[in-house]
Amino acid sequence: MNITLRVWRQKGKDDEGRMVSYQVEDVSQDMSFLEMLDVLNEKLTVAGEDPIAFDHDCREGICGACGVVINGIAHGPEVTTTCQLHMRSFKDGDTIDVEPWRAKAFPVIKDLVVDRGSLDRIIQAGGYISAPTGTAPDAHAVPVPKTDADRAFDAATCIGCGACVAACPNASGMLFTAAKVTHLGMLPQGQPERAARVVKMVNQHDEEDFGGCTNIGECAAVCPKGIPLDTISQLNKDLLGSLASGKM
Amino acid sequence: MTELYTEGAPIQDEKAPDGPIAERWDKRRFSAKLVNPANRRKLSVIIVGTGLAGASAAATLGEAGYNVTSFCYQDSPRRAHSIAAQGGINAAKNYRNDGDSIYRLFYDTVKGGDFRSRESNVYRLSQVSVEIIDQCVAQGVPFAREYGGLLDNRSFGGVQVSRTFYARGQTGQQLLIGAYQALERQIAAGTVTMHTRHEMLELIVVDGKARGVIVRDMVTGEVESHFADAVVLASGGYGNVFFLSTNAMGCNVTATWRAHRKGALFANPCYTQIHPTCIPVSGDYQSKLTLMSESLRNDGRIWVPKEIGDDRDPRQIPEEERDYYLERAYPSFGNLVPRDIASRAAKNVCDEGRGVGPGGLGVYLDFADAIKRMGRPAVEAKYGNLFDMYQRITGENPYETPMRIYPAVHYTMGGLWVDYDLQSNIPGLFVTGEANFSDHGANRLGASALMQGLADGYFVLPNTINDYLSAGPFEKVDEDTPEAKEAAEAVRARIDKLLSINGSRTVDSFHKELGSIMWEYCGMERTEEGLYKAIDRIRGLRDEFWRDVKVTGVNEELNQTLERAGRVADFFELAELMCIDALHRRESCGGHFRAESQTEDGEALRHDDEFAYVAAWEFTGTGESPVLHKENLEYEYVEMKQRSYK
Ligand SMILES: Cc1cc2nc3c(=O)[nH]c(=O)nc-3n(C[C@H](O)[C@H](O)[C@H](O)COP(=O)(O)OP(=O)(O)OC[C@H]3O[C@@H](n4cnc5c(N)ncnc54)[C@H](O)[C@@H]3O)c2cc1C
Ligand code: SF4
Ligand code: FES
Repeated sequence: MNITLRVWRQKGKDDEGRMVSYQVEDVSQDMSFLEMLDVLNEKLTVAGEDPIAFDHDCREGICGACGVVINGIAHGPEVTTTCQLHMRSFKDGDTIDVEPWRAKAFPVIKDLVVDRGSLDRIIQAGGYISAPTGTAPDAHAVPVPKTDADRAFDAATCIGCGACVAACPNASGMLFTAAKVTHLGMLPQGQPERAARVVKMVNQHDEEDFGGCTNIGECAAVCPKGIPLDTISQLNKDLLGSLASGKM
Repeated sequence: MTELYTEGAPIQDEKAPDGPIAERWDKRRFSAKLVNPANRRKLSVIIVGTGLAGASAAATLGEAGYNVTSFCYQDSPRRAHSIAAQGGINAAKNYRNDGDSIYRLFYDTVKGGDFRSRESNVYRLSQVSVEIIDQCVAQGVPFAREYGGLLDNRSFGGVQVSRTFYARGQTGQQLLIGAYQALERQIAAGTVTMHTRHEMLELIVVDGKARGVIVRDMVTGEVESHFADAVVLASGGYGNVFFLSTNAMGCNVTATWRAHRKGALFANPCYTQIHPTCIPVSGDYQSKLTLMSESLRNDGRIWVPKEIGDDRDPRQIPEEERDYYLERAYPSFGNLVPRDIASRAAKNVCDEGRGVGPGGLGVYLDFADAIKRMGRPAVEAKYGNLFDMYQRITGENPYETPMRIYPAVHYTMGGLWVDYDLQSNIPGLFVTGEANFSDHGANRLGASALMQGLADGYFVLPNTINDYLSAGPFEKVDEDTPEAKEAAEAVRARIDKLLSINGSRTVDSFHKELGSIMWEYCGMERTEEGLYKAIDRIRGLRDEFWRDVKVTGVNEELNQTLERAGRVADFFELAELMCIDALHRRESCGGHFRAESQTEDGEALRHDDEFAYVAAWEFTGTGESPVLHKENLEYEYVEMKQRSYK
C-alpha cells in the first residue's frame, strides 16, 4: 500500500519545527510502524536528506524507548507501543500524522526524540526500596499473598514510555508515578518507606513541570501496559494517609 | 590457514585459588585486599552499561561509597537491553525439593556449556545464584508466586529440575527495574553520576592501566574524556553483528572492541547462541527478530509434517502425519533439549524441505495439547503476554493455530577475556555480564544470563575490584595526558572520516550484507570452505564501506546514522575475528557446529585432546593476523563426556 506521512521535523531543541510530507510506497501490511519509518529513512539518506530521528531500541514493546503521537493518539490506533504497531492497522492511501510526545516536562531534542529525564528523577526522589546489596534475608522469609504480588506486578509492568503524559491534556505524569507507588506499596518489603515515598515522588513530579491530574483518564486509555486509572486513586489514598499521619 | 593468525604464549587465570571448589570463592574473598570505607570516596570507577551487569555493579559500588560514573546510550538506564529478557533466572534454591543443589546447577552449566568454561567460575556462579533471588525480592522484584505466597519456579531447557524464577514473561524487566531503582537511589545519594545518551568510543590506557573512556554526547556531539581509577565494561553482547537478531537495535560491540584494540584479549568470539524459538522473518524490511521465550517449550510441542511439501493447514494434519522430531530423537529431554540442539534440529528439518510458512523457514510450536490439558485460562496466565506479542507481530492467533518459529541469533558466549576477578589482561579494566566470556563455555543454558549479569554486578565484582583499587588512587591523569589526548583525537578523526566519505550506500545496507554473510557462513553450521569465503567477502565489504558509505548530517547534533556507522565499522572487524576463531576451532562444541566434526547421527563432536582451551585473541591491526593465546581448561569435578540428551 501507499501512505502519505506528515512528520514533525525539528532540527534541535531551540529550532522551530514544522510538519513535512513524505510519500512512502510499497508498504507491506506486516511491517511494523518503525520498519516503515526505516524504509523512508533509507530513501532519505540515499537522497542526501536528513533521516527522521526517533527513539527506539528493543522493538519488542518492553524498553519503553519508542513512542510518537500518531494521528493525534499516543502510540497510535492500537493500544500498544509504537514499535508493536503494524501497518495492517492502516489502509492504502491513508495520510498519517506523526508527532513527538508534547509536554513541558519532555523537551524536544530533535524531530520525534524528546528528553524524558524527568521520569528518572521522579524515581530518584523515592521510587525504590532501600535494600543495599548483601543485606537481604532469605527470599522465603516473608511470604507475599498472591493477590498482592499480582497487583504489585500489574503496576510494575509500566515501561516508562511517557505515553500517559503525552495523552493527558494537562501533561500530567501521575499514572507513571502511581504505577511505581502501587508496585512498591503492595509489597511487604515496600512498607517502611511507603508513606515518605509517595510524598517525595509527588513533590518531584510537580517540580518537573508535569501538570496536575484532574482524572480525565486519557492516560490509561493509551497506556500500552494497561495500567488502570484506579492506580491513581491508590496513590491519592496513600498521599492523603501519609500527609494526615505526618509520617513523612 | 596459518597466515590468518599466529600463536603466542599461553595464558592462565592466576586469581582462582586452589583447593576444594566449594571453598574457592570464600578463599578469594579472604585474600582480596579491602579498601577502608573512608578511602572509597577518593577512588573512582567508570561503568559503561546499565543493564543487569552494569546497574547492579554501579548501585553496589555506590552503596559501598566509591565514586562511580555510569554511561549508557539509551535515554534512561532502565532501557538497557536486559529489559527484554522474558523467561527467567536460575538459582539453586531447591525450593521445589526436587534434588537441586549448588553442585547440580554447577554441573548442568558446565555440561550445558559443552566443557568449554572454567569450573571455578561456574561453581561460584552457582553459589552466588542463591543470594541473587534474596536480593531481588528485598528490592521489590515481583516474582511469580503461588497461592501460599511462596515463590514459583519453572523448568528451562537443558535441565531436569525446576529452578527458574520468573515474573510472567518479563523477568528481565522486573530484575532490571530492581537494579535501576537501586541505581537511581545512589544517583540521588550522589555516589553515582549518570550520563545517558553517551556512547563510549575509546578506552584510555595510561602506563598499561585502564584509566578512562572517551565518550560522545549523542545529543550535542561533544567528544568528552572521563577518568577513573578503574573501568568496568558491562556493555552487553555483540549478536547484532548478524544484523538480524533478538537483541535490541542498539546492541553493539564498540565498547569491548575498542578495548580489544587497546590490548584486551577477546575470547571465543565464534561462540554464538542461536535461539530455537523466534518468530520467523517476514520480509526484507525486517529490522529485528522477536524471541518467543524458551519457557514455551515447557508446554508447547514442536513438530513439522512428516511429508515434504505438505502445505495443509496445520490443524488439518492428523497426529500420525506429524513428526515431533525433538521428542522422537531425544526421548528423555524431548522439547527441552538445550538451545543449540533444538536450533540445529529445526534447521535440519527445514533443509530437508519439511519447514513450514513463507520460504519453508519455520517449524510449528503447538499448544493444542497444553490447552486441552491445562485449559485455556491456565495457558493464558502463564504465557498470555507472549501469545499477544506473537499475534500482534504475525496477525495469527496462537490459541487457535500453532505458532511458527525459527532459530535466530540471540546471545554471544564470547567476549573479553577475564580472570576469576573479572579483570581483563589490561590492569584496571573489568568486564561483566554478556560482555565477558566467562561462565557459559560454548553454550549458555536458558535463564543463566540474567543470573550471571547479577552475580557479576551485585556479588562478584564488588568483592574483587577492591583488591585492585586498594593500590589506588593512581597517579592523576587528565585531558592533557598524551594517551588521553591521542584517544580523543582518534575518536574525532574517525567521526570526521565517516562523515566525509559521502558515498552511495547506506549504513544499513552494509550492515544487512555483513549480517547475511555471517548468518550463512558463521551461523548454525560452519565449514572450512564457507569460513574462508566469508573472510574474503568481509574484507572486501569492509573496504567498500570505508570508500562508499553515506553518513548524512554533522557531528554536532543528534545523528543516529553516525552512531550506527561507528558500530557497523567495529562489527566488520569483529566479524573477521569470529570467522578466524570458527575456522581455527576444528571441532564442534555447543553453539559452534563445524560440519566436518559430527558423530554418525549428526551430533556435535568435540575434540578435547586438541581444543579443550579458551581461545583468547590479541589484536595486531585491522586486517592483520591476530595472535592466539590459549588458556587450557581442566576438569577436576565434572567428567568430560560427549553431551547426551537422548
Ligand atoms: C529477547 C531476549 C530475551 C532474553 N531472555 C533471557 C532470559 O529469560 N533469561 C536469561 O537469563 N537471559 C535472557 N536473555 C539474555 C540476557 O537478557 C542478556 O544476556 C543480559 O541481559 C545482558 O545483560 P548485560 O547487563 O550484560 O548487558 P545489556 O543489558 O545488554 O546492557 C548493555 C548496556 O551497555 C550500554 N552500552 C553498550 N554499548 C555502549 C557504548 N558503546 N557506550 C555506552 N554504553 C553502552 C547500553 O546502553 C546498556 O546500558 C535474553 C536476551 C534477549 C535478547
Ligand atoms: S503508565 Fe503506561 S503510558 Fe505511562 S509510562 Fe507507564 S507504561 Fe507508559
Ligand atoms: S522500542 Fe522498546 S518499547 Fe518500542
